[in-house]
Amino acid sequence: MLDPRTARPFPIVAAEAVRDTQMRGNVRHATEVIQNKRARVVAERGDWQALREAGKRLREHAIRNMDAYLLEFERNCTRAGGTVHWARDAAEAQAIVVKLASEAVGASAGTPTAGRPAPGEVIKIKSMTTEEIHLNGALEAAGIRPYETDLAELIIQLGQDQPSHIVVPALHKNRQQIREIFRREMQLPELGETPQELAEAARQFLREKFLRVETAISGANFLIAETGGVCVVESEGNGRMCLTLPKTLITIAGIDKVVARFRDLEVLVQTLPRSATGERMNPYNSIWTGVRPGDGPQNFHVVLLDNGRTDVLADEPARQTLHCIRCGACQNACPVYRETGGHAYGSVYAGPIGAILTPQLLGMQHAQSLPYASSLCGACYEVCPVKINIPEVLIHLRSRVVKEQAASISGRLHPEALAMRAAASVFRSERRFRAAQRAGRMAMKTMARDDGAGQPWIRSLPGYLGGWTSVRDLKAMPKQTFREWWEQRPHRTADGQDRNKPGVPDHPTGTTKQPPASVESA
Amino acid sequence: MPRHALRLGGILQVALFITCYNDTLFPECGKSVVRVLERLGHTVEFPAGQTCCGQMHANTGYRDEALPLVARFVEQFAHAEAVVIPSSSCVTTIREQYPSMATELEERGGHAGLSRAVHDLLPRVFEFSEFLTKRLGLADVGAYYPHRVTYHASCHGLRALGLGDGPVDLLRAVGGIELVTLPNVERCCGFGGTFAVKNAAVSGAMLAEKVRDVQNTGAEICCACDNSCLMHIGGALHRQSTGIRTVHLAEILAAEEGDPV
Ligand code: SF4
Repeated sequence: MLDPRTARPFPIVAAEAVRDTQMRGNVRHATEVIQNKRARVVAERGDWQALREAGKRLREHAIRNMDAYLLEFERNCTRAGGTVHWARDAAEAQAIVVKLASEAVGASAGTPTAGRPAPGEVIKIKSMTTEEIHLNGALEAAGIRPYETDLAELIIQLGQDQPSHIVVPALHKNRQQIREIFRREMQLPELGETPQELAEAARQFLREKFLRVETAISGANFLIAETGGVCVVESEGNGRMCLTLPKTLITIAGIDKVVARFRDLEVLVQTLPRSATGERMNPYNSIWTGVRPGDGPQNFHVVLLDNGRTDVLADEPARQTLHCIRCGACQNACPVYRETGGHAYGSVYAGPIGAILTPQLLGMQHAQSLPYASSLCGACYEVCPVKINIPEVLIHLRSRVVKEQAASISGRLHPEALAMRAAASVFRSERRFRAAQRAGRMAMKTMARDDGAGQPWIRSLPGYLGGWTSVRDLKAMPKQTFREWWEQRPHRTADGQDRNKPGVPDHPTGTTKQPPASVESA
Repeated sequence: MPRHALRLGGILQVALFITCYNDTLFPECGKSVVRVLERLGHTVEFPAGQTCCGQMHANTGYRDEALPLVARFVEQFAHAEAVVIPSSSCVTTIREQYPSMATELEERGGHAGLSRAVHDLLPRVFEFSEFLTKRLGLADVGAYYPHRVTYHASCHGLRALGLGDGPVDLLRAVGGIELVTLPNVERCCGFGGTFAVKNAAVSGAMLAEKVRDVQNTGAEICCACDNSCLMHIGGALHRQSTGIRTVHLAEILAAEEGDPV
């Protein structure tokens, strides 16, 4: 189970993932395909940057006024015949959904035996929020069997696997692997591996569930405050089945999914599909508002989940995390995710969005390594349809990690913390900086070997820095630093005058126009 | 007389911020920057009290340790007509993080006017290639470099600074050069500062892909606007005995006809 509270640190799991060449190949292939499709449909829009800016603004507005908009949503949803529930955390949300599902299932399954509800079933449309709260386990413990109906989630469920991507949860599996899972779990030993055959097998498997099961659980892409409507966009139509056929529909959504107005969707239903799957429009866009007699589910509940989101709201530099519309574009663009796949992140939210969201939802003591699971290359920010500056948030969260570590003795004495503080002290003084350069040159000299071409290189570094020389050499420090060279060179201005006059050493007055002569003997 | 005596903005007094790691490990880069700027007719000064911009600290989460370096940088460079920095990642730190860090320092007391000073200074801070292409409006700086070269667009240069085609335009104008495009040029090489040691395995995997791309170009030289990426890429090229060398863009632009090849 992907649980950040028990997951091992990212660098350890990632190092294992990097050795899984099959998985990496699958992830690289899939992310490249989606990225190329995305690039094509984004390039069609001359106003793409304006759409991103508009998306950012309307999400910012919704999140900043989240309290008011959630209440407005509740009012309008209730008026339309829905019932709104509020869940502070995963446990509360589980309890609410299990109770509602048990009631619904009990009602449709007939008489409970010995005070316990008869074993029931629910169908589910893909929802990362239910993965976040580990709902399936809670349902099963209550005797309710959930069937995932999104093709990728079905693959994950049948394969007893975990989602590795928020839009394409089975992205780490290839077609042959999927065929093996279907053959085994659907008892179809002759199944082929063309997309048509696999889709047909899933269709047969699911159709029977759609027609039989009377309770559905969905997630939501957007909660529309103005109308009380709930919006789900998808590609397969299986979600539409779940949203329309059953008698009872339970939707669970993070409180961050709220948008102010119906017309906000104008922007978001353009940017979301282009970013997520490289489609101009999602094939299925469903919006339902409460209950309509004789049409669709007659019992409709919305569970609004906090689970740490209001804490994110309180941290201003990180608040933009909540603007996310879960398109997964940052995952596809991320060069780290590309090498590790999603499971290394120890959470259903993998990749760049996971690296900023997971530690915030669960408290920084969990997932401390996640804000460091990035080279800060900025590819995520570039593709994000609502312009979340993920590198900025990562850096902010890193400073929170360091602050928390500094609160303990062992944290303060950690080799990295000691080295960083020593380096900071060196950089605060020109004199100490020069001394450190000299010391560094001496140390490197003892470690360096001639590479056969007359150049001194280091092939192995000790301790913390050993990671560097695992795959690379380090060129030893040259005999002269730049500043040593500068100080001994004859200085001339453009008109040929010598301007090599002594400056003021280590005295940052801001007016040292002349380059100083050697400030102290090297 | 300099071959490209500048008419655009006249002769500029350029303050060089060499950056701590270029100073210590890559002095040739700094020498080359000086050579190019002086060849173009500008004067170069080197404020002696400069050390480090604070990037490593700020990006690793040691913000408190980075803060004094903001004040130091401003003290050293506030007077400058133009500050030139041959490191796209350091310029990114200064441009993107200094404003909020200066505000924080000021709020803590003892640094009155620092935000204002940062605000005033930032428009005069340039990455080296950016200074040539955007501030001076140049492409041809009179260089000659008869080698097969590929250009690695460091992430900070590409995305944070938006250097665009600037560095490539400069390279195209170099005499004798054979410029080959690096495939997947927008993909990170996997350096990422302390990322390379904290997540050594992933960094190594990213590096392996980059090295393969570099090798596929058949280039003798891989250049960039940031020696930190190059230290990382060059370290692997050396470990694998590929014979491909890494050099900073400034070293190529500094080279002239008649230089020893
Ligand atoms: S952070 Fe941006 S790119 Fe990543 S999933 Fe969220 S909306 Fe998409």
